[in-house]
Amino acid sequence: MADAAQAPVQSGAVDSLHKWGMVIDVDLCTGCQACVVACQAENNIPLNTADHFVKHRAMEWIRIERYWEGEFPNVKARFIPVTCQHCGNAPCEPVCPVYAIQHSTEGLNVQTYNRCVGTRYCGNNCPYSVRVFNWEPHRWPESLHAQLNPDVTVRTQGLIEKCSMCLQRINRAKREEARQGRPMADGDLQPACAQACPTSAIVFGDWKDRNSRINRLANGTRAYHMLDELGTQPNLVYLKKVDPNYTGHGPEHAGAPAQHATRSLPVISG
Amino acid sequence: MQEWRELSSPKINDDLLKFPLHTPMWFWVAAAGLGTVIGAGTISFAIMIGGGLQFLGYNNQAQWAVLITNFVFWIGISHAGVMISAILRLTQAEWRRPVTRGAEILTVFSLATAMLMPILHSGRPWRTLYWEFPFDFSRAIWPDVRSALVWDPSAIFTYLLSSVMFVYVALIPDLSVARDRSLGVMHAIYAAAAMGFQGTKRQWRLQAIAGILLSALILPVFVSVHSIVSWDFAMALVPGWHSTVFPPYFVIGAVHSGVSAVATLMAILRWIFHLEDYITDDHFDSLGRLLVVVSTTWLFFFGMDFYYGIFSRDEMEIGIWNLRIFEPPYNVLFPLFLLTAYLIPVPLWLFRNVRRSVKWMFWTSICVNVGMWMERYILIVPPLSNKQAFPFSWVTVYQPQPIEWLLVAFTFAIVSTGILVFSKIFPIIPLFDIKEGQTLRRVVQVGRRTVPGVVRD
Repeated sequence: MADAAQAPVQSGAVDSLHKWGMVIDVDLCTGCQACVVACQAENNIPLNTADHFVKHRAMEWIRIERYWEGEFPNVKARFIPVTCQHCGNAPCEPVCPVYAIQHSTEGLNVQTYNRCVGTRYCGNNCPYSVRVFNWEPHRWPESLHAQLNPDVTVRTQGLIEKCSMCLQRINRAKREEARQGRPMADGDLQPACAQACPTSAIVFGDWKDRNSRINRLANGTRAYHMLDELGTQPNLVYLKKVDPNYTGHGPEHAGAPAQHATRSLPVISG
Repeated sequence: MQEWRELSSPKINDDLLKFPLHTPMWFWVAAAGLGTVIGAGTISFAIMIGGGLQFLGYNNQAQWAVLITNFVFWIGISHAGVMISAILRLTQAEWRRPVTRGAEILTVFSLATAMLMPILHSGRPWRTLYWEFPFDFSRAIWPDVRSALVWDPSAIFTYLLSSVMFVYVALIPDLSVARDRSLGVMHAIYAAAAMGFQGTKRQWRLQAIAGILLSALILPVFVSVHSIVSWDFAMALVPGWHSTVFPPYFVIGAVHSGVSAVATLMAILRWIFHLEDYITDDHFDSLGRLLVVVSTTWLFFFGMDFYYGIFSRDEMEIGIWNLRIFEPPYNVLFPLFLLTAYLIPVPLWLFRNVRRSVKWMFWTSICVNVGMWMERYILIVPPLSNKQAFPFSWVTVYQPQPIEWLLVAFTFAIVSTGILVFSKIFPIIPLFDIKEGQTLRRVVQVGRRTVPGVVRD
């Protein structure tokens, strides 16, 4: 009974074996949207029609932001996949009046759909704008009913949803781990977006595993946190674009030039 | 010095209890008109509860818009009650007497109406009520007190309860008069509500003490309520909202719109109830002077908000101000708001003839509230549209839908109906307060000197 009241709300308050995270290499991203589609399929997200995009009500847990650079004919498209950053110091968490957003012991920012009342304060407060409100009830065409994932809750209308870093897959992997009696290897577990990415731009892993691929990738000079200056301590690390011919003023968010880039790993506490 | 006419006690009783005890034809017409709007509003309310928020023009960027604007607007209006009653009572401003109850009633109904908005505005309103108000004690699940959305209902309910008590304490002597002059069902209601008030010395004393105590206690609430409402925005990370000047700015803006609303209400009451003897030109004159001071202070804070925005040299803050002032559709709204909220009414109020003209005061005060509604809209909506550092998700166009305007009209109808029904049942001008004022003004001729006939206890 008292569990809910005593649950830790701060990140790292309880020691745990894992701290999940992702590294997204902007340089490898081709903007193919495979991650978006995979996420829709994995997480029971309804199909977006053109109307949803016109009304700016598209339901996407991961989105590809596309920016055009340069003047025609020398135009370049730049892509940034943006999903929930699972911030260690999340702006969305303290503003929820009903504790619908908690920080899990494994570094995930988890949304409790049953508790959410839809004040949308978290949506306003998220600087990455990755929290989406389901304005309309979720519906799928008849042909997709058998495709729905039984491991994922179908959300009712009127609440905020967002990326869970495929929590259901994490849990399944942990069950598997217990069943087989051996720890899972790095790369055994992948969220839908990482699995679908044809260029492996999205890499999932455990920050607490010293030898994990994400730790190795994040050690490079290209690593940066999105909107680091806000102090949100994201669990996601981006690797900035490498462009030898690149001379202009890049998108301001692409971080400092490579020689000035500071390696900023997420704080691993506990 | 204000002009003053001696009115006899029976005449005051007759004049002010005329409407509660007799029903004119226009009451039914007004009730039918307002009832239609409320009916339409109730239907749209039901549609919203049944079908969710999909009918609104909201989108993933503008997640708070017209309904929250309307909420802040009504909370602002509600500040009139305390401003007029408590502050003016404590400072013993004589001109407040006929205005107090109307202002307090406006407070009560606008607060109650304002609370409808955020509840309706949430995705699952029944859950909002369940989680946030009757706390789920049995399962040890508590609301998160770090959230401004928990402070907000606490402050508003404190204010609502204390204003209801404030109105009721001031109403008791008048209820006893109404009890003595009515028959049948109404007599029973008045008798129960008057709680056996007979006008003994002790009862008057307790009533006066309760009134003064409540006005003193309500003052901190007056400052806190709109500060806390402003924290809903100021505590957020959204550029353009995240500002320390918001609490005083919101409070003074609330007083600006609230006192204007009282001027509007006074003009309407004077016209429909023919209360020329009670609500005189002097009252409008005093309200006008008060408004000049309040609105100029408000303009100062508005300037400060702008100044802090650009002084930070934060690209996002400047971007928000750029959007508010220069980009459509806000480039039309912004000058319109500045004109209606300040530049048109305030210079007019500097003229004595305008302040003393009921018509002018009516239209200028309406003008202020139109402007103040737009001010809240401009404060709330543009920052949300462009809140990210990345322009990919920016939405510059948010189109309010008919249902949103219907719900806004619904709130206006509820408040008007509330005041109308209240003034049908209870005297809207406090009888005893007027009589007290009359008594205090009585003078006695002693030799060549004129001395006050009554000394305040």
